Amino acid sequence: MAIIFEKTKGLTDKPTHYCPGCTHGIIHRLVAEVMEEMDLLDEAIGVAPVGCSVLAYDYFNVDMHEAAHGRAPAVATGIKRVHPNNFVFTYQGDGDLASIGTAEIVHAAHRGEKFTTIFVNNAIYGMTGGQMAPTTLIGQKTTTSPYGRDEATTGKPIKISEMLATIDGAKFVERVAVNTPANIRKAKKAIREAFKVQIEGKGFSIVEVLSTCPTNWGLTPVESMKWLEKDMIPYYPLGNFRKPEEVE
Amino acid sequence: MEEKLIIAGFGGQGVMAMGQLLTYSGMVEGRNVSWLPSYGPEMRGGTANCNVTISSEPVGSPIVVEATTAVVLNLPSLEKFEDSVVPGGNLMINSSLIAKKSKRDDIDVYYIPANEIANEIGNTRIANMVMLGAYIEITGAIKIESVYEAFGKVFGETKAHLLPINKDALMRGAEIAREQMKVKA
Amino acid sequence: MTKVLMKGNEAVGAAAIAAGCHYFFGYPITPQSEVPEYMSRELPKVGGAYVQAESEVAAINMVYGAAGSGARVMTSSSSPGIALKQEGISYCAGAELPCVIVDMMRGGPGLGTIQPAQGDYFLATRGGGNGDYRLIVLAPADVQELVDLVMEGFDLADLYRTPVMILGDGMIGQMMEPVEFNYKPRADLPEKDWATKGKGKGKQRNVINSLYLQAEELEKHNHKLQAKYAKIRENEKKVEEYNVEGADIVITAYGTTSRIAKTAIAKLEKEGYKVGMIRPISLYPFPNEAFERIGDDCKGVLTVEMSTGQMIDDVKISLQGRIPTYFHGRSGGMVPEPEEIVEKVKEILGGDK
Repeated sequence: MAIIFEKTKGLTDKPTHYCPGCTHGIIHRLVAEVMEEMDLLDEAIGVAPVGCSVLAYDYFNVDMHEAAHGRAPAVATGIKRVHPNNFVFTYQGDGDLASIGTAEIVHAAHRGEKFTTIFVNNAIYGMTGGQMAPTTLIGQKTTTSPYGRDEATTGKPIKISEMLATIDGAKFVERVAVNTPANIRKAKKAIREAFKVQIEGKGFSIVEVLSTCPTNWGLTPVESMKWLEKDMIPYYPLGNFRKPEEVE
Repeated sequence: MEEKLIIAGFGGQGVMAMGQLLTYSGMVEGRNVSWLPSYGPEMRGGTANCNVTISSEPVGSPIVVEATTAVVLNLPSLEKFEDSVVPGGNLMINSSLIAKKSKRDDIDVYYIPANEIANEIGNTRIANMVMLGAYIEITGAIKIESVYEAFGKVFGETKAHLLPINKDALMRGAEIAREQMKVKA
Repeated sequence: MTKVLMKGNEAVGAAAIAAGCHYFFGYPITPQSEVPEYMSRELPKVGGAYVQAESEVAAINMVYGAAGSGARVMTSSSSPGIALKQEGISYCAGAELPCVIVDMMRGGPGLGTIQPAQGDYFLATRGGGNGDYRLIVLAPADVQELVDLVMEGFDLADLYRTPVMILGDGMIGQMMEPVEFNYKPRADLPEKDWATKGKGKGKQRNVINSLYLQAEELEKHNHKLQAKYAKIRENEKKVEEYNVEGADIVITAYGTTSRIAKTAIAKLEKEGYKVGMIRPISLYPFPNEAFERIGDDCKGVLTVEMSTGQMIDDVKISLQGRIPTYFHGRSGGMVPEPEEIVEKVKEILGGDK
């Protein structure tokens, strides 16, 4: 009988701890599949963040580091300088990357560090129980913005991809979403291009993935997909913000 | 023997370099040596000083509180370190820039017109070498040949062409010290 | 090998490279900036990498990444910067990553001053970061010992899989003394089969981690760390002792302060006083046995520090109330003068010789 589907070898057999309907699972699978397809599993070294994906080191079937909150780009810098010929990636959420780790991500991009960041933006702190993130939308209720995020006191949601695209060392910047099969295919393509930028030694690459958090958003998985499409994408437009000519 | 020096002046007078040359020379001769700079905002344009110890014994505290010799290249340094010289020690004053005389009568005081001599030789920046030549003549702490050996190490081989003019400065400093020592004797 | 005259901070860099450290991640801060300057100049010549990090926090996390990748790696800073590095140091201790961290101490607290001080003793020996961990802490008194301890520090770090801190101060960092570099690695260094190199190159998939969500597992991990520290206490104490037997008073000091104390002792001996000295070289593990050996008839132990009194806690723990303890300290960048120590000793002994 012909095999029509196989789980990627890029993931371990360990069951994930993610909530039902959370899209971390989809994103893990895309990253793992692309690594497998590009034959990177033996050389890859990944860095897990602090946040919902803190246990990613148990799921990606490659050498992994668990980093301190927000410091994954610094840890990846250390790894890549020691192993310049290995494939190195960080997997970070929005609290990790867009709040406590802004200095590390900005300067890794600024130095043009040759690793890839998968940035999962779900507009909330998931692991700690649904607090406001810098990416939380205006009016969005969280446990630390119980009346809805107020621009007057907390500013507007931070647009990481647009910001990083202004930095010369960031050679590939794209925002994708995983709410529809079509978007998932586009996300996978972006991840592949980002990895290629790293392998070709062009500089820093990042893919921002709009993701859901049904548990902390207080929505069903299906409602979450709709919310992502109707509320998040209009504020966080999908598309490429930067790519080297050769990749186009 | 133990020579404990304070060398002081303003930034750019070659205070640190003079101390390093002396320290390196002591090392070349197999002595125990240490060089300790003052560091901080005052280095940028203010007064600078360094402590040098050359000893036949292992160096204890690298900080020179009681100096066997103080070399002062400007007036603030004289005022700050005049009292640091132990009785019987030496105070070397750059008389080109310091008109004031020492108030001490329990030490040997030398007035070396270092800048004037340096200008005569043709480079005002080697006033520190005039003082170094005088110091070596007065104390005999190291051999002058050791300074030639240390010169390349401290300043790098690219500055080797400057050695002759620096030798002149050392010699002129030694000469003037010799004259003053005769008067004292 | 012939001696060269080197500034302490540069000697740190040269010693690290001699010991095979090809990676340095740092940030400028007075009075240690010559270390990153030296490394930025010299590491490219040996095919290594120097990265000027965006912050002290990033620098120590780069060290975490490089150490986890199996390389010998170093960072250096001075007190306020070392305070910032505590997060990463705790992570390195938890994940059992070997690395060398140099602290050229300056006066504090806060921004303090750029002048030398020894106010980071607690930070270094008690663990400035979170959790139950210790560092090996080595305190050199002169530039040659600084060189030797940096080189040995890399070996100890690899041997025990633990961060090692070299605790110097602005004085030793800035001063020049003759040094020579004779590095011979220990023969018993284990292979780094735990490091991430890509699982194809390693024997198994490796994970560098300090997270143990199961309480039982974390306690087990903590016990493993404690067993390692016990072994370090058993094997790695370093101390210099001078005329302790029969001394009327014993002075104890570490690092550059011990040299000032030695000058004071020489003066006191000339006046007929019987003064001994204990100089802890390893601050963790603390050489408590040296203090236990002091005779009961000793009239006192005087701790001298460039702080308001930190190492004296370990001295008291070691003496267990057996002998009176005294303290003389200067802080804020003030350096004690030998004469102050002489006076203090005379005050304690009340003129008894």
